[in-house]
Amino acid sequence: MYARFVDPYRDISSLVHRLDPRVKVVATLLFILSNALLPDGAWLAFALSWALLIVASLLAQLGPGYTLRRSFIALPFALAAVTVIFALPGRPLFAVDIGPWRLFASDAGLVRFASIVLRSWLSVQAAILLVAATRFPDLMHALRHLRVPQLLVAIISFMYRYLDVLTDEVARLLRAREARSASVPGQPAGGTLLWRARVAGNMAGQLFLRSYERSDRVYSAMLARGFTGTFRTLNQHVMRARDWWALAAMAGALALIQVVGRLIG
Amino acid sequence: MLVELLENQTQVDRTNGASPQAPLSLEVEDLHFTYPDGQVALRGVTLSVERGEKVALVGPNGAGKSTLMLQLNGILTGRGRVAVGGLALTPDNLPLIRARVGLVFQNPDDQLFSPTVFEDVAFGPLHMGYPEDEVRRRVARALEMIGMASYADRLSHHLSVGEKKRIAVATVLAMDPEILVLDEPSAGLDPRARRALIELLRELPLTMLVSTHDLLMVRELFERMVIMDEGRIVADGPTEELLRDEALLAAHGLELP
Repeated sequence: MYARFVDPYRDISSLVHRLDPRVKVVATLLFILSNALLPDGAWLAFALSWALLIVASLLAQLGPGYTLRRSFIALPFALAAVTVIFALPGRPLFAVDIGPWRLFASDAGLVRFASIVLRSWLSVQAAILLVAATRFPDLMHALRHLRVPQLLVAIISFMYRYLDVLTDEVARLLRAREARSASVPGQPAGGTLLWRARVAGNMAGQLFLRSYERSDRVYSAMLARGFTGTFRTLNQHVMRARDWWALAAMAGALALIQVVGRLIG
Repeated sequence: MLVELLENQTQVDRTNGASPQAPLSLEVEDLHFTYPDGQVALRGVTLSVERGEKVALVGPNGAGKSTLMLQLNGILTGRGRVAVGGLALTPDNLPLIRARVGLVFQNPDDQLFSPTVFEDVAFGPLHMGYPEDEVRRRVARALEMIGMASYADRLSHHLSVGEKKRIAVATVLAMDPEILVLDEPSAGLDPRARRALIELLRELPLTMLVSTHDLLMVRELFERMVIMDEGRIVADGPTEELLRDEALLAAHGLELP
């Protein structure tokens, strides 16, 4: 009502959007697997992977830079790999002093670090493309039909359905606090840090309780309509010739990239 | 068109096997219920609803209206007897009872838990074990009955409150219930959405038990009214008669605007 989480789906009718969602999920997973399997420093192969991604973005009518712009959010996580620069033996490039220790950066370490960043960056972009070109309910169907455990799929669907409801609840709580956060001239406003922390803690607790109670009511609503513990869905998707062709094209391109990565680098 | 749709339905399926001879849609006899925390919610409720009757259930907050509704399809079970369409509620025939009682919760965000409208309306029929084409037929019919056939592919969290309420009714219509049980259907709606909902309830030729604080709606839609207070039924009779009894209304915290 107040807040809307931003749905990553872009409603376009492109070739990629019309593909069977299962094909898109499998193709994305293959792409990520291929990235993980490429050897360190296979720069040409990484470039080809990126080119493949850009072709897919263009086919999805999202423009070449669409996934790139949204991928920076995941970049900080790649920094977790920064230690390999110093951990791998190789020709020392420079040294960093941390207290009593002196760390040497090696060339091999730097190559591995760059490769890890590239791999994760490309993989994140593939995932961004997947959710931009697939309606969320279709994605859930695809996961179900790819035999992802039902409970896991159910949890993801509920999260998607109730994200809005929960952000609304948070917005209402924040608003209620805002509305009563008044100040009087000549009086110090805002209270002590400890007091404010306690208020924030209470609000988090409130949110948890409300969500917990809501989950009870949702479960009652499911029981009332005959839920017995297993999720049932209709099989809405049928693989057509073009779905098979798209999957084959993707697998072929990735095999080629693997060959290039291992032979040329 | 609505009546036609429903007549077609009854030819195919006698409201989930409820015997057509049984004139009573709902029988509740001397029902007692205490919540696990010790709060006594129902103190001997006896109520029967005839097939085709539309009954309003009114009373102050905490009177036990919602608790009573949750008893009707065994989500809560107390001491006493509940029967729907002649079939007594026991743990064994819980699935059958749940198919016969179309319970619509007050908050549509609790009722609509699937990503799309289609999936939500299909939830009931799917769990009743119908084949795919029958599920699709039922979803299409339920959405047509509430005049929202074009909403099947919409995402539930993008709908307005009024739209959600109507879809919530469709989720149980798809199950062909013997009796429709609605918890405060008009609460929180703007006048236009409230009007649309009242017209929908008026047109649906189903047995109904509707809990509400909206006495104007009660006067407009329901010939029979049941007043609950403190876990008991304190009055049960023709709506006009009860609404004229100002002392009765005042005694139970009700007022006619």
